[in-house]
Amino acid sequence: MDLGRIVKSLTEATGVAGFEGEVQGVIRDLWSPFVDEFRTDALGNLIALRRGSAKGAGPRRSVMIAAHCDEIGLMVAGLEQGFLRVTAVGGIDRRVLPGMEVLVHGRQPLPGIIGLRPPHVLPAEEWRNPKPVPMDELFVDVGLSEDEARRWVSVGDPISFRVPAVELENERVAAKALDNRASVAAATVCLEALLSLHHEWDVYAVATSQEEKGLRGAIVAAFGVAPDIALAVDVTFGIGPGVPESEAFALDEGPAVGIGPNVHPAIHEVLVETARALEVRYQVEPMPGGSGTDAWAIQVAREGIPTGVLSIPLQNMHTPVEVVSLKDIRRTGRLMAHFIAGLDESFAERVRFPLPA
Amino acid sequence: MLLQQLSDAFGVSGSEDEVRRLLAETVRPYVDELHTDSMGNLIAVKRAAPHAAAERPPRVMVAAHMDEVGLMVTHIEKNGALRFGIVGGIDRRLLPAKRVRIGKDRVPGVIGMKPVHLLEPEEREKVLPLEQLSIDIGASSKEEAEKRVRVGDYAVFDTQFGYHGPEDEGAPPRLVHGKAFDDRAGCAVLAAVLQNGPYPVDLYGVFTVQEEAGLRGARVAAYALEPDIGIALEGTICDDLPKEKDQSPVTRVGAGPALTIADRSFVADRRLVRLFISTAEAEGIPYQIKEPGLGGTDAGAIHLTREGVPSIAVSVPSRYIHGPVSVLSLDDLERAAALVGKALGRLASWPEIEA
Repeated sequence: MDLGRIVKSLTEATGVAGFEGEVQGVIRDLWSPFVDEFRTDALGNLIALRRGSAKGAGPRRSVMIAAHCDEIGLMVAGLEQGFLRVTAVGGIDRRVLPGMEVLVHGRQPLPGIIGLRPPHVLPAEEWRNPKPVPMDELFVDVGLSEDEARRWVSVGDPISFRVPAVELENERVAAKALDNRASVAAATVCLEALLSLHHEWDVYAVATSQEEKGLRGAIVAAFGVAPDIALAVDVTFGIGPGVPESEAFALDEGPAVGIGPNVHPAIHEVLVETARALEVRYQVEPMPGGSGTDAWAIQVAREGIPTGVLSIPLQNMHTPVEVVSLKDIRRTGRLMAHFIAGLDESFAERVRFPLPA
Repeated sequence: MLLQQLSDAFGVSGSEDEVRRLLAETVRPYVDELHTDSMGNLIAVKRAAPHAAAERPPRVMVAAHMDEVGLMVTHIEKNGALRFGIVGGIDRRLLPAKRVRIGKDRVPGVIGMKPVHLLEPEEREKVLPLEQLSIDIGASSKEEAEKRVRVGDYAVFDTQFGYHGPEDEGAPPRLVHGKAFDDRAGCAVLAAVLQNGPYPVDLYGVFTVQEEAGLRGARVAAYALEPDIGIALEGTICDDLPKEKDQSPVTRVGAGPALTIADRSFVADRRLVRLFISTAEAEGIPYQIKEPGLGGTDAGAIHLTREGVPSIAVSVPSRYIHGPVSVLSLDDLERAAALVGKALGRLASWPEIEA
C-alpha cells in the first residue's frame, strides 16, 4: 500500500463541510477492494460495510469506525467588482489567509488568490505596525471582471485551499485537510489489514460529513448504523510551533488513545492492551471534557453506544500546512485492525457495566 | 512558456544562478556577445545593424532583474526548526502557513502556526513577529536538519505557475499566476526583445542581480557599459483591487504596459516618455501611465551613473508582488515586448526623436 500516494489523493480532493461529494468519491474507490457494500445517507455520510465471520441466529455484532472526511474552508459571501468576499466554514485563523492560493468551486473550479495590497501603497504606519486583515476586508482574486464573475461564481460556492501535498523528512507529510484525511487514510490501512485477519464482528467504516460544523454527520450516522461499539478516529495537537508539550503529543510516537468520560473505559483498556501486544507505539490522551470528535455525538446516540477515541498527532491544525507522520497513520490503522479482530462475545460483556452484587 | 520556467526557477537576491543559466541558454542564439561581471549580472550584446551613419549608434541598456524576494535560513534550533530572515521586502502577514523550498536541493518546508483552537483572543489580533515564525522540514533534531539544509541557505515560496481564470470554449485564460513576476516578467520581456530585431542601436540587454537589495547589480553594470539611454523593465505594483476609498490603482491588469513618469527612485527622461507614448499610439499598442511616486526600479541606479543617463521604466502590471503568488496578463507582457522593440527602432538618431 503506497500510503504517501493515498494521503496525497485524499488531501488534495475537495470536501468542504457540507460539500463532501468529491472526496467521498475518492474514498469509495480506495475502500472498494476491502468492503462488501456502500450506502450514502441523507446527510452525505459514506457508510461502508465489511461483513464479519460470526455465524449464528441473530444479527451480527458490529463496530463502527468514524473518520470525518470534511475539511475547513471558505464560502463566497459576496461579489465585488469581480473579486469575491468570503466567510469561513469551520474554525480558521484569518492570519493564514493573506497570500493563500484557493480553489473556488463555481461553474468550473477556479484558482483564486487571497490578495493583500502591495506594501508600496500602504501608509508607513501600517507597514511598520501591521494588523491582521479582518475577514470582511479579505478578498479572493479569480481574475474576472464584474460581469464575468457573476457568470462563473455564485454566493454560497464553497472554496477550498489549493495546496499540493508534499513529503518532508522522516516520512512526514505536509498538506491541507490532514484533519481529518489522515484518519481516513488510517481507516484505509485498517481495512486492508482486515483482509488477512479473522474478525467476527461486522465493520462499518463511515466517512462522516460535517464534523467541523458540529459533528452533524456522526449524529445521524450513529443512529442509522446503530453499532454495538464505535471508534472515532481524528487528529490531536502535535508538539510544534507555539504548542506547549503539556498540551500536545509528539509526532512519530504513535496514536494517542483517549481516556475520559467520552471514552468507555473497557475500550480504552483493550486498545492499550492491543497496542502493547503488537508492540505498536502509542500515547495516552487525557480528555477531561469532551473529546472534540465525532465520539461526543456517537456516545449518546439512541440508547448510548460505547465509544473509544484514537487520535493522530498533527502539527499546525486548521492551516493549509498541517503535518503528520505517515508512520503514525500506519500504527493507527494496524491498531484498529487488531482491536477489531479481537472483538468477541466476551468483549460485548466487558462493555456492559455490571450490576454491583 | 519562458515566463513559466522563469517564474518557477530559484533566484533570491545573491543567488541568481539558476535564472542566469536559463536566460543565457535562451538568448545565446540571438545575440553577438554574452558575458557576466563580478556581481553576476548577465550581459547580452546585440550590435546595431550596420548603417551608413557617421556617428556610432546609440548604446541602450535595457535592464531586467533576475532576483526575487525570499528568505534565508539564519539559525537551526535544537529541535530541528529553522529560523529565518527576509531578503528584500515581504509583508510579514504573508508568511504564516506558507510552504517554501530551501536551497539548491529545494528541500520542502512549511512555516507552521499555533492551532486556532489554542489561541487566546488577543493573539488573533497580533501579526506574528519573525521571532515567532520558523520553517519545519520534518527534522526532529538539529543534526537531522543539518543533513539537508545549512545556515545561509536561501528559500523561495513553493508556488507553481499556472493559468488564472476559467477555460471558456477551449481558449485558455489570458491571466496567469506564479511567484516572482517581479521581475521574471521583465526578464521574459527582455528575452523576447533580444530574440527579435535587428535594431538600429547597440542593445545591451542586462539581466541584473540584487535589485531587491537596493538596485545593486544595475549600478555596476551601468558604470561598466556607459549607456546613452537606460530602460528598466519591471513587474510592477498593481493595486486594481477593492478598496475602501476611491484611490488610484497605480496600474491595472490588462490595460497594457505601464510607463513610469516618476517613481520613488527616479524621474523619467521627458523625451523618452514622449517617444514611448508616440510609439505606442502609432503602433496601436494599449499602454497606461503608472501612478507617480511609488516603487523603485533599476532605472533609479542607472540614471545616476557617471554623469547621468536618461532613463525610463516600462512595466508589466502584476498584482501581489513581493508575496508568494502574483497575477499578470499575458497580453500586457506581449505588448510590453512589442512596445520596447518598436521604441528601440525609433532611437537611431537619439537624442533627436520623432515625437
